[in-house]
Amino acid sequence: MKASNSSWKEELAGKVPEHLAREIDIFETEIVLRKQGKLDEKLFAETRLRRGAYGQRYDNGQRNDGQKVQKLNFPSADLTKGPNTMWDAPGMQRIKIPAGGLNAAQLETMAELAEEYSDGIAHVTTRQDFQLHYIQIDDTPALMRRLAAADITTREACGNSVRNVTACPYSGVCQDETFDVTPYAQALARFLLGHPDCQNFGRKFKPAFSGCAQHACGLTSLHDLGLIATKRNNPETGKEEFGFEMYVGGGLGAVPYQAKLFDSFIPPGELLPLAQAIARVFARHGEKKNRNRARIKFLIQDLGIEKFRELVLEERKILPFDPRWTEYIKDAVAEFQEAPLKPSGELPPLITIEGLNGNSDNFKRWLKFNTRPQKQPGFVTVAVALPLGDITANQLRSLADIVRHFTRETIRTTVDQNFVIRWVSKSDLPELFKVLHKVGLGDAGAGALVDVTSCPGTDTCKLGISSSRGLAAELRKRVSQKSFQSDEAVQNLHIKISGCFNSCGQHHVADLGFYGVSRKIAGYAVPHFQVVLGGEWENNAGSYGLPVAAVPSKNIPQVVTRLTDRYVADRNTGESFKDFAKRLGKAELKKMLDDLTRPPAGDRSFFSDWGDPREYTLGDMGVGECAGEVVSPAEFGLAAAERELFEAQLAYEGGAAEQAGSKAYQAMLNAAKALVSIEDPDIGDDPDRIVTEFRARYYDTQKFFDPFAGGKFANYLFDAHRKSSAPYTSESSRYLMDEAQLFIDAAHSCSNRLGTLVAV
Amino acid sequence: MKITAHNSGRSRFEEDETGPISLQHVNVKLWLKDQENIDLDPVIPVFHSWIQQQQPGDDLLLDVADYRHVYGGPGIILIGHEADYSIDNADNRWGVRYNRKTSVPGDNQEKLAHAVRAGLLACERLQQDTRLKGKLDFNGTDIEITVNDRLLAPNREATRVALAPDFEAFSQVLFGESEYSLSANRDSRRRLTIALKSARVFTVGELLENLSRASVPKHRPKDADAGYAWERNGNNSGFAAGAPARGEFAG
Repeated sequence: MKASNSSWKEELAGKVPEHLAREIDIFETEIVLRKQGKLDEKLFAETRLRRGAYGQRYDNGQRNDGQKVQKLNFPSADLTKGPNTMWDAPGMQRIKIPAGGLNAAQLETMAELAEEYSDGIAHVTTRQDFQLHYIQIDDTPALMRRLAAADITTREACGNSVRNVTACPYSGVCQDETFDVTPYAQALARFLLGHPDCQNFGRKFKPAFSGCAQHACGLTSLHDLGLIATKRNNPETGKEEFGFEMYVGGGLGAVPYQAKLFDSFIPPGELLPLAQAIARVFARHGEKKNRNRARIKFLIQDLGIEKFRELVLEERKILPFDPRWTEYIKDAVAEFQEAPLKPSGELPPLITIEGLNGNSDNFKRWLKFNTRPQKQPGFVTVAVALPLGDITANQLRSLADIVRHFTRETIRTTVDQNFVIRWVSKSDLPELFKVLHKVGLGDAGAGALVDVTSCPGTDTCKLGISSSRGLAAELRKRVSQKSFQSDEAVQNLHIKISGCFNSCGQHHVADLGFYGVSRKIAGYAVPHFQVVLGGEWENNAGSYGLPVAAVPSKNIPQVVTRLTDRYVADRNTGESFKDFAKRLGKAELKKMLDDLTRPPAGDRSFFSDWGDPREYTLGDMGVGECAGEVVSPAEFGLAAAERELFEAQLAYEGGAAEQAGSKAYQAMLNAAKALVSIEDPDIGDDPDRIVTEFRARYYDTQKFFDPFAGGKFANYLFDAHRKSSAPYTSESSRYLMDEAQLFIDAAHSCSNRLGTLVAV
Repeated sequence: MKITAHNSGRSRFEEDETGPISLQHVNVKLWLKDQENIDLDPVIPVFHSWIQQQQPGDDLLLDVADYRHVYGGPGIILIGHEADYSIDNADNRWGVRYNRKTSVPGDNQEKLAHAVRAGLLACERLQQDTRLKGKLDFNGTDIEITVNDRLLAPNREATRVALAPDFEAFSQVLFGESEYSLSANRDSRRRLTIALKSARVFTVGELLENLSRASVPKHRPKDADAGYAWERNGNNSGFAAGAPARGEFAG
């Protein structure tokens, strides 16, 4: 734990946006309550997940060291941060970057945090997030404050919530997009963040935007909510108008689903209210008990898209008007302005470029793979390829300098775990290449065969079965040696690897996809990868690949060589790998790989995984925290009441009687609201309404009544409400805190009797 | 250091004076002799065996992270609860790094000694491991000390002035009668890092010996001439400006 943790709040006072500051204060209090045993571990797990603080492999306190299962004797041995999750075990912090958009100062903040709290590496994910690994939970409030001061939040980065809103990183500069979706993505992210209608999902919910239908950059087909920019002639006015094709119910996971068309045209003004209506329908009708069927794709499959659409449109009709539906979009469109720093230009003739120092071939390759003309003449985008999505703190600072020097800090993360620098003048390309090359960020091949995508796999993920990163590093090494000499068709293939069937590495949409599985051979567990062929990356991840065979991990490089060689030799003119794989068929593909499905006799290297000399075992797998357990809004409400009361007690100890009394009263209101929300999710925050509804639903019906005390504790609330406009003295606030505790305890009892504390 | 609220609205990063600084999260990098032929492959099983044995030290060792694919990166890291060890290539300079994560009791001299001793012990263990064939040897002269906490020790002149006596006193102990120089990286975005360079080549054993027998002086007299060389550079702290890190883009 960092010695400076407690000081960051003061240091950053006034620099953290108020709504984020409050969120982090709440989380910090929850950490204290958990340590005191006043907050249930299941509830704490979900609350930290909703702040992006995730578990990591071995956090159950044991690890197979290759010889034995070793107990990890953490200092806080009896304290957990979730079921079977040790408090001191390092975890992962996910950081949301809406639409992947960053500025230089944010890159520098990420560098600082990677150095001070993590292992010096920041990792870009397949959903444009950042992840920092090996984070101590006690450090997370300080880390979050530093992010918030840079206008970045981790809120709802994990858990059963709306995850990062992604968008095509070329949006606004792409030559064949319909229009720039960036401000709409930002508006949606802002609107849904912490929205009450998004707090009771059975699983996560991932939105994505794309500026066009034909490219891969937005991957809308594999998202819960996909929005593709489109235009039409208004049937009534005959005028051209812009809007979105809206898709719902896509997703990867073990069984991938293509998103279904919800509406071929929605006007921008309907974007936010329809998303809200979808969230309500998902929260109300989505599966809650069985996590494996709780994504919205299953709801849509069960209902059918027509019925689902009908429910959403009915919900839309009854939504109370919210001015933010249009204000947020208007604000975002007005605020989002990008412009070049340098004048447009042309690439100078290669022969005149000085200082390439023998790198002219690299430069030419880099131009070919990493740059793309913008629709604005004289400007290009430049992709910065990150090996396995990893970047060092020093590189992040260098990148901050670079984007300041060449652009107005226009840089975004991408879904293939890279960066894209936008608005680069063509005349700056040689200089930009040189400075990127100097700091190890000038590798060619962004988005190409060499740019292998991988999830964390067994390196840090509790669910990992095989070492996806180990395999990715190995393939990258081998492919990079020859990829630029290979056939043009092979150079542009995509390799994507997941450590398990959950598809975080997006293997379903790769030409050559792999996901981790295990097989028993001669009594030993052997790490394998299932080979998935012929997925489509283009057309926003247009179709999914076909599982062909499970192959030992150590044979996968041979699989790649064999398949790419055959593709070069036997493909028809212009035939994509997807069509090639389809033409060959599963039987032929399987036959091609048949001899590779078995390890060579006596070769014990096959019993360990890439980059890990330990004998392979599945014993280190844990329970996934991908979305935590389902916690009802009532549970969250009661936890909020406990936290408010705790803060009241702190205020009291600090001599702030007025504040203590006010918070104690608020704590009672929160508890009452939690109970009312079971029956009326739209109860709102008006104290009069909460008390009236509580009286009608729980007091008059005697549902709140304690078997022994009757309605006594409810009367504490009624009294407190009646006196709430009077000032609190030291004495009255002290009594009120005691009464609040009794009322909250009674609310818990009531909730237990009603069965709402069992996961719904 | 007592960290106080700043009602003036100025961040303490911007202040030009500072009180006494209590060091924590001391991070030590001992440069390797051979900078050109580093093979990290054999390091992975070596670090896994350290976990099996839960050695060196009393720290809880957890896992191995592989960053061989990253340019100028942390190489291979042995992740621990209290501290990490790595064969690190940050700034394109290979070294054995000890990164203290949890707090350590004692005064600044004890904390510096604790971290450097831990780094040296790791070096000694690596040098003695036959699987590495003696290829990860400390160069005997260069030690970088970083304070891995920008709030405790922001990288600015006032901090360097405040900490100069501590680093001088510690260097005397570590290098004994040998001449040495101290230099600092002045990029305020980077963590406070002081490079200690001895004029004489030491073995790991000699440095450990110096640390074990020393009575660490608490403060160096302000104007004392102790027979060692400051690389004076016209700044108050006495630390020479560090050379720009290789591989850094300077704008």
